[in-house]
Formats: sequence, C-alpha cells, structure tokens
Amino acid sequence: MSIQVRNLRKTFGDFVALNDVSLDVPGGELVSLLGPSGSGKTTLLRIIAGLEPADTGTIHFHGEDTTERPVRERQVGFVFQHYALFRHMSVFENVAFGLRVKPRNMRPPEKEIRETVMGLLHLVQLDVQAERRPSELSGGQRQRVALARALAVKPKVLLLDEPFGALDAKVRKELRRWLRRLHEEVHVTSVFVTHDQEEALEVSDRVVIMNEGKIEQSGTPEEVYDRPATPFVYGFLGDVNLFHGRLDRGQVSIGANQLEAPEWAEAKDQAAVAYVRTYDIELTPVPSGLSSIEATVQHVRAFGPMVRLELRRVEDGETIEAHVPRAIFEKHGVVKGQRVFVSPTSVRVFAQS
Amino acid sequence: MATAVLPRSATTAPRAVVRATGESRTVRWILIAIALGFLSLVLLVPLLLVFVQALSKGLPAYWEAIKEPDALSAAKLTLLIAAIAVPANLIFGVAAAWCISKFAFRGKHLLITLIDLPFAVSPVISGMIFVLLFGAHGWFGPWLAEHDIKVIFAIPGMVLATTFVTAPFIARELIPLMQEQGTEEEEAAIVLGAGGWQTFFRVTLPNIKWGLLYGLILCNARAMGEFGAVSVVSGHIRGETNTLPLHVEILYNEYAFAASFAVASVLTLLALVTLALKTLVEWQQRRAMSDAAEVFTTPERIAA
Repeated sequence: MSIQVRNLRKTFGDFVALNDVSLDVPGGELVSLLGPSGSGKTTLLRIIAGLEPADTGTIHFHGEDTTERPVRERQVGFVFQHYALFRHMSVFENVAFGLRVKPRNMRPPEKEIRETVMGLLHLVQLDVQAERRPSELSGGQRQRVALARALAVKPKVLLLDEPFGALDAKVRKELRRWLRRLHEEVHVTSVFVTHDQEEALEVSDRVVIMNEGKIEQSGTPEEVYDRPATPFVYGFLGDVNLFHGRLDRGQVSIGANQLEAPEWAEAKDQAAVAYVRTYDIELTPVPSGLSSIEATVQHVRAFGPMVRLELRRVEDGETIEAHVPRAIFEKHGVVKGQRVFVSPTSVRVFAQS
Repeated sequence: MATAVLPRSATTAPRAVVRATGESRTVRWILIAIALGFLSLVLLVPLLLVFVQALSKGLPAYWEAIKEPDALSAAKLTLLIAAIAVPANLIFGVAAAWCISKFAFRGKHLLITLIDLPFAVSPVISGMIFVLLFGAHGWFGPWLAEHDIKVIFAIPGMVLATTFVTAPFIARELIPLMQEQGTEEEEAAIVLGAGGWQTFFRVTLPNIKWGLLYGLILCNARAMGEFGAVSVVSGHIRGETNTLPLHVEILYNEYAFAASFAVASVLTLLALVTLALKTLVEWQQRRAMSDAAEVFTTPERIAA
C-alpha cells in the first residue's frame, strides 16, 4: 500500500508547521522522516494518520483519496512515543483491543482473537507477559506491546512517532535492529519519525529530511549521506566543518587558502560556504599547496580506530574538527599544542545568495 | 545538657531531626494543644452534641421523631432530589470534563469559569435566580401559570436549585485528572478502529472511575445537605416540599429541640458514611495513581 502526499499545508496560529509538502512512500518500504524538533515531521505523520486535519493538500493511500476519511476507517497502525498503552488492561487485552472493537459482523470469534493476539505476542517475544499490566513492563517491552497492538488490526500502513525516543541508548539500539527484522518479516508500508540521524540511516529504506515545514531531501541513506542536496542536510547528517569564504570561477578563497570547486566554474565573486566532513581531512606536517590550512592541535582523543582531533586555525582562530585513522596519527606522532597542516580531501561548496 | 557540649557525632545525629524546628518543648506542646483544642471545639464537640441532644429525651422519643410522617416524607424527598440531581450532574460533569480536557476550542476558559459559578455565588442567590426565572412574577412565570406547571414552591424548583448548586463537584474532580492523563490513549483507541462511545466506555471511563466515584460521593453529600438554595424555592410545605435540612430548621424554630436534633443526627450519620466512603475511594485512587505513575518511573529492564 503506497502513500502519496500532495501539497500539504498546516498552520497552528502563526506557526507554519508544514509548507507545501509532497511525498511518495512506495508500498512495502520503511521510510523515515528525519529532522530537528519543530521541523513538522510529527505533524506530517499525524496528518497521514488522520489524527490532525490538513489546511490544504491531499493524502492518497494506493491511489485512493483518504484526505476526508475518518481516522478509524483509514486502517493505519500508529505507535506513540510514550506507548499510549491502555493502563487498565492486560498486555493481552491491549493487543486484542483493535479486534474487539470491530463491528459485530466483522469481529473475529474469540478463539481467532486469542490465536491472533498470542501469535503477535510471540512475534514481539512477549508471550510470557500476556497477563501482565503495562506498568509491570520495561519501556522497551511496552513499546513492543504497542507495536503488536498496532499490527493486530492488519494495518495497511504503519506509522511510528519517535517510537524509541523515550528509551535509553542500549535498548534503542536493540529495538532498532529488531524493528528492521520485523519489517522484513511483515513488510507493511511504514513511516517512522525520528530526530536521531543514526537511527534513520540504519533502519530505513529511504530517509526524508525535513526542516522548517519543508522537505530538504529524500533518498536512500547512502544518497542523503554522501550527496547532501542542501547546506542544511550537510550540516544535519554527520559531523562537518564549515568554512566561510568567497567563490570565484571554481575557486573558494578562505583567507589565504584556496579550495577547488570545479562545479562552480561559472560563479563570479560571491559569498560561499564550504562543507568538509571531519573524516575528509588529511593531516601533514608540512604544507602541501594552497589548500593546506595551518592549525594548532587543541585536543586529542585517541580511543577507537579513528583519533579525534580538535584544531585551531592559525589564521582566524576557527575550530576545525578532524577524525584521522589511528595509523596516520601514530605515524606523525601528533601531540597537543603542535602546529600541523590539514587539507580537505573532499569539499562541498554552496553559494550564498 | 551533656549533649549540648558534645561535638557533632553519631550519638547526637538522631537529635538533629528534632532540632530542625528549633522550638522549645513548651512551645511545641502549646501549639499542639491549641490545634487540638480548636479542632475539638469546632468539629468534635458539635458532632457529639448533635447525638447527645438527639437522645436527650431517650431512645423512644428519638425513634418517634424519626418515624413521624413529616420526617419520613422529608427524608423521601431528600432522596428523590438527590436521585435526580446527582445523575444529572454525573452526565453533565463527565461531558464537561471530557470536552474541556480532550479538545481544544474557543471559549474553553469561559466554560471552566462558568462551571465554578455555583461555588462562587451564595446558595441563597442561586435560589433567588430560579425564583426570578420561574416564579409567579418571573420571566417564565406567566407561561408556566398558563400551562398549570408549578416549578417554584414545588419539587421541580428544588431539583433545579440542588442541581445548580452541586453542578461543579464532578466536573472539578475530573478535569485535572483527565488533563493529566492526556489524549494519547484515546487517540490510540480511535486509530485502532474504536468509535466515540467505544473509546469512552472502554478507555476513558476505566481510567477515571475512582475520580468519578469520589466526585459522585461529594456531589451526593452536598445534594442531600443543601439548605440555602432549596430553602428559597421550597415554600416549606410540611409533608410536601420539605427536605431533611429544612425539616430540622422547622422543628428547631418550633422549640422541638430533641426531635430537631434527632432528624439532624440522621443527616450527620449520612455525612459520616460519606466521609468513610470518601476515604476508601481516596485510598483506592492513590493506589491506582501510583500504579500509573510507575509506568513512567520504572527503570529500563532488558527483556528476558
């Protein structure tokens, strides 16, 4: 079941939550909406679910217009950040809820309800806890109950609103992998809201990056990470260094340094920002051309395979972060306070208007 | 005295708790005595006095005063009024609380203020409002007279006045509770395909049942005990439009003290039962709350 979102607009008073958003979610995919808080990602999810009306725009499920359809008829599964389990019901009854509230002629017989619910609890590895109350479960277990409950009604679309946001780091990581496996098993079209880039990149087939009510870029995790379309995406995904300078005929001048930007060969003397990933920086003891930036080592954190260096540019005092392989670091024997030269090996330049 | 010169050590540590107030033993005892004296004078003595006075002419006289036809009719009327006013406010209170806590709309604060109105105005004025509306010279008076419907100095007026005075109890009890619970569970229910009524009876109601019961008990206590508003609209017709509190006043004014206190003691007993029920419900509610609170405080446990 695919989802087509067309020209959605939503305002809360003066605040524009969604500004002309269009999005396609192909059937069976797991797509994540990634963005900082206030970017409109949760609003978009709630409008797809029908929990919030849009000011203008349409939603289609598999080509069928569902914009005006009430929530309960949309057949979506929704997983809330704070689980929203029915606190007075057992785990079993929570999962059975969606089946029990069906109109009498569509309600499955008790035996079938029991089988479906136990099957789902088995799927989320909670069959032993069926008779427990939600208050007796851990956060991770609760969210798995919430997921089983959402799946019980065989939703056409599964919507997850920061489902792991309230859990601690270790449980998050576990559930993330588990969700990925689950999606491969049940293969329901899923939209997943998160502000955690690692989570989005690891779990989803496609990542949609949102900012200030607009979609900045959408693509596979590799596409958005390796080829960010906008300065925002560049800054939002991964650690990055920013250099402000002037762009002129394929060259960016940053103080005394010059960086190559061949894609801007047509540009004539304008302000620009160069983005350099922390691991796209080469460390040399001596200058190697105009792109070599002179800097002093401020901090060294030498654990793990990549050594993290915090450097200060000599010319203007700007901080540069560099992640260099341990072998290179040991070869040069870098110590705190030492003067070194760093050259960006890969630069992405965006002109400023 | 010896402890005063000792340096801070393990032996003096337990005394630190006592010293935290810094008052001398005499002052503390005087304060406690004042508090206890005040409580007994204002609460305990009157309570006992009701029963002492009621039984002053012996048990047979007490029994006689209670089963006297006018007293029985007053008791019946009191129960009838409560039986109409309390369910009416149950529906109104739940509807108002549901609407205020689960939806956002214009004029919400005005509605909350309006619900508090019966608490803010004197009950006598509440009674007057209904006389002004439905009395012989009131707005709807001529129309009512034409159709031969009696509201004022009759049971409908007394029901209206009682309903008005007790309107805030259930709503006030539920609004904060329901606001705290939020709307996520209801949203989860409708996404799962539940209709409005299903959501209410299966999700909302079970979550508020203890708060609702608490509000009902308070509302009922007030409905049976209301004097001022009911007095204005009742007309004090013996055996017809007298409730228990009004009957107590009539007997008292006629110098039938023992009988008056006998009837009063029935009301007092009702109040004591209400208090016991209230305490029980409060205790249940606290248990339910701490259950719910646990949902947010238990540390993460890795699933087995």
